[in-house]
Amino acid sequence: MASSGKPIISAPSHGVEQGHEEHHDLEGLRMMGFWIFLITDCILFGTLFATFVVLSDSTAGGLTGADLFEMPGVIAETFILLTSSFTSGLAVLSMNRGDRKGLIGWLAVTVLLGASFITLEITEFVNLVHEGAAISTSAFWSAFYTLVGTHGLHVSIGLVWMISIMLQLKRHGINSVTRRKVNIISLYWHFLDVVWIFVFTIVYLMEVM
Amino acid sequence: MAQHPEHGAHEAHDSHEAHGSLKSYVIGFVFSLVLTAIPLIVVLNDMLEGTAATVVLLGSAILQFVVQLFFFMHLKEEGKPRYNLMVLILGLIIVLTIVGGSIWIMANNQVA
Repeated sequence: MASSGKPIISAPSHGVEQGHEEHHDLEGLRMMGFWIFLITDCILFGTLFATFVVLSDSTAGGLTGADLFEMPGVIAETFILLTSSFTSGLAVLSMNRGDRKGLIGWLAVTVLLGASFITLEITEFVNLVHEGAAISTSAFWSAFYTLVGTHGLHVSIGLVWMISIMLQLKRHGINSVTRRKVNIISLYWHFLDVVWIFVFTIVYLMEVM
Repeated sequence: MAQHPEHGAHEAHDSHEAHGSLKSYVIGFVFSLVLTAIPLIVVLNDMLEGTAATVVLLGSAILQFVVQLFFFMHLKEEGKPRYNLMVLILGLIIVLTIVGGSIWIMANNQVA
């Protein structure tokens, strides 16, 4: 294989190895396809961020983010997601060593951290609604719930996805297909962490500032 | 990958290079923690105001993005041709156009 884990197009090989090479190319191509999906997801979040920034003063004279945001919970969410990004990397490292137990273990830690992130976020949303800031309260809160909720939805889908990959790993072990799947979910997870950093900075820190 | 036993050692070496080492993940993690702590300290202690604060906050977030790309997402270790990088740059151009363009237009479009 090429020097990278994800060669996109490699020179066609001839002879006995051809079948394997084609299979490998296909897995590399799937990695590439997922990367392109991530970039389009970036564009989705970009539009939501643009909407949020444009509407950040449109509170219709009502409650603002600075009035209601509870920073301790948000800070906890940030460090939890950051740590889970790291543990999903450790899962990939275990996989590269061929350590299936370590791989599933680190994925489980990542799922637990992701679940606590979602729990904190839902708690935050419930509290906000109780304090009188629902999605229909003002343009600002609509933009807020759409942006932060879309990220939360991505994390929730990632959790279900990661659990299903853990089940596949249990059944089939580490092979070229499950290896590609783990690489993809870890890429997805790092991506969600990056998006959250921008949510944390633009939505929370800059509002509270 | 690594299905042919005769390639086992070679493959293991390759994937080690392709997906970073524990060291690079730990360095990336430490960088992320520091880059998260900096804007937090600045905002919670009201150390900076206005433009300076915005620059520090957005700067830390962008640096954090770069750290994740290189230390966690292994952008640098991609084989040639670098399609991942090209797609990323195209995506960033689109995102910057959408975000920058929206803010610019709407800032001049306030119904006061």
